[in-house]
Amino acid sequence: MAMDAAEIERLIKQGLPDAVVTIQDLRGDGDHYAAEVRSNAFKGKSRVQQHQLVYKALQGRMGGQLHALALQTAPLD
Amino acid sequence: MTDVNDQIKSELETNPVVLFMKGTPVFPQCGFSAAVVQVLTHLGVKFKGVNVLEDPSLREGIKRFSDWPTIPQLYVKGEFVGGCDIVREMFTSGELQTLLDDKGVVYTPAA
Repeated sequence: MAMDAAEIERLIKQGLPDAVVTIQDLRGDGDHYAAEVRSNAFKGKSRVQQHQLVYKALQGRMGGQLHALALQTAPLD
Repeated sequence: MTDVNDQIKSELETNPVVLFMKGTPVFPQCGFSAAVVQVLTHLGVKFKGVNVLEDPSLREGIKRFSDWPTIPQLYVKGEFVGGCDIVREMFTSGELQTLLDDKGVVYTPAA
């Protein structure tokens, strides 16, 4: 029931090709991460919609395989 | 499946502020749920806490209802506001207070 940071980053970038992703492992248990994701796909979108884009990129792992991901999202420029 | 959606809709229609959470406001059973309870309590917002741990179909149904994969989930006047990160971010930036004001939710922040 865990994921590694590289896998999370790979999936996010696969879903959001222009994304700049920085990930922090909060507890070292592969289950609690914080991530900042910057992508122009977020432009004009509400916070909820921005986070939903990241969750879609994670293809259903959020809330299951990945228990906690504290998300910060913002456009690139 | 529809009865879960009906259950959710009736909660949202009868309560201006609803928090679908793990545990109860007095005994939250998850750090993220507790954090949102703390924000609402600090703002003096009256809210209905719905413990999804008591009903597995509700726990999954609410995620489908909002297309949001985690708990807690905060709703104001029937509108999904966000989970723990977003509520905290909005509280810090003051957007949550603005949203509550815009939606006509009366609350009395702690002094």
